[in-house]
Amino acid sequence: MSKFNRRDFLKGSGLLAAGSVLPMSLIELAFADANDNFSFAYISDSHIQHIRGTQFVRNWDRGLMRAVAETNLLDPKPDFVLYGGDIAQLGSKPEIDHGLELLSGLRYKTYFALGEHDYYLDLGEYWKSQLGPHYYSFDHKGVHFVVLNSILTYDDWINKWPTPMERMVTMAGLDNPNGSPFMVGEAQRAWLAEDLKRVPKETPIVVLSHSPLQKIFRNWNFWTEDAEQVQALLAPFDKVTVLYGHVHQIQYNQIGNISFNSAMATAWPWPYPSTYAQAPNLMPKLTVPMNRADPFFERDATGWQFIDLHSGNADVSYNLYDNTNRTVAFNAQTGQPQDQMYQGEDSRIPAQMHY
Amino acid sequence: MTNTKYRGLAVSLAALVAIAAVPDANADEFTEAQLQRWQQQFMDVVNEGRRLWGTEGLGTNRLVCGQCHPNASNTHPETYPKFQKQLGRVVPIWEMINWCIRNPLEGEAMNAADPRMIALQAYINYERRGVAMAPGKH
Repeated sequence: MSKFNRRDFLKGSGLLAAGSVLPMSLIELAFADANDNFSFAYISDSHIQHIRGTQFVRNWDRGLMRAVAETNLLDPKPDFVLYGGDIAQLGSKPEIDHGLELLSGLRYKTYFALGEHDYYLDLGEYWKSQLGPHYYSFDHKGVHFVVLNSILTYDDWINKWPTPMERMVTMAGLDNPNGSPFMVGEAQRAWLAEDLKRVPKETPIVVLSHSPLQKIFRNWNFWTEDAEQVQALLAPFDKVTVLYGHVHQIQYNQIGNISFNSAMATAWPWPYPSTYAQAPNLMPKLTVPMNRADPFFERDATGWQFIDLHSGNADVSYNLYDNTNRTVAFNAQTGQPQDQMYQGEDSRIPAQMHY
Repeated sequence: MTNTKYRGLAVSLAALVAIAAVPDANADEFTEAQLQRWQQQFMDVVNEGRRLWGTEGLGTNRLVCGQCHPNASNTHPETYPKFQKQLGRVVPIWEMINWCIRNPLEGEAMNAADPRMIALQAYINYERRGVAMAPGKH
């Protein structure tokens, strides 16, 4: 199938497939000034995986195709799309190319963050040649957006591997004890400090990173080594929202003025850290976990997000497949993100218990 | 036939006498060396299971078990055998491992006694060590 035809096919199949099932029960909010409000979609972690020749893992392809098709149907239309990283599984040119081809079906401007699966083969060179700088910022309707490359690590680790593919495969194994913790790094933190200098403190800030800019579980790199230093740079601002991928599950938290919301993957869900009995974790108590995934429905517990940015805080609608959709909205009274249905201890359901 | 039987008995008696002469070899006492050896034998199989967990060869599409199950988490070995609602019957965990190999990994199911299947189960259980048994739990 040529690139042009594939794109047309995606658009067409999206309309057919999602027209009847796409839930549009997205929250509506009353705003002081409706002109200030906007929304965007948030897609992450597609892990497009090359088998050989022109073959790619069908399961992961389908996840991304579905997210693209459904995002195109959003009404009201989002202003743009954020992509949270890990287009590829092992960082190869065929994987990034195929992923970008599928993403080219999106009808919106898309901003990309870099994931470790895109990076550790060639240190992000091919990704950069296709998508631009590894970190940058932009402004949109009075909100300052910062996209960080949070998956850097120690130079000694980067340089110790005999081949780039050994480095890539080691970092790709989530539980591989020979991996290395993620970090934003000193140079980028200096850039961030400089970038934020010109931004008034009352301007809402949205930061997109691949890894959580908070420490949750080091074993699986649900972790950023210099999270505290990055948080310190964001602390002076009134309203900050950090959106991150990598974890393939719903997480949310509030640290001071900073709200954290994760993205689900389009590829596959990951277990919560509490399910690994041999290591402690720092999972935010605020998070109500998503339902345990049913492996017999391959899209279960995968999906994408729709984000309503009102008054500078994010309401995140999780578009879950084979599960009830979730909305985690910022509660101005409590000053933290909260699930709109399950937040109370007595409103949890058995499937949200993980073991 | 009779000769063979007697010869066997003679060999057994000789072995018993030999064992009785070595104080450490009482059947109900384990030496430190024995315990270490048995643990090592077990850990060799666990480590083989860990290796297979991250190896592409179990399926045909390059997926590995560890992609969805880091540290074998979310496999719940302590809950098996259990009623697997999607299969409609009570199954041991190796049947679910085969389900994963056939479906997400697009590979061929293994025999229950396949050394690789034993290694995968050894690894899954080892990562879950210390967790209370909960057969049938959902």
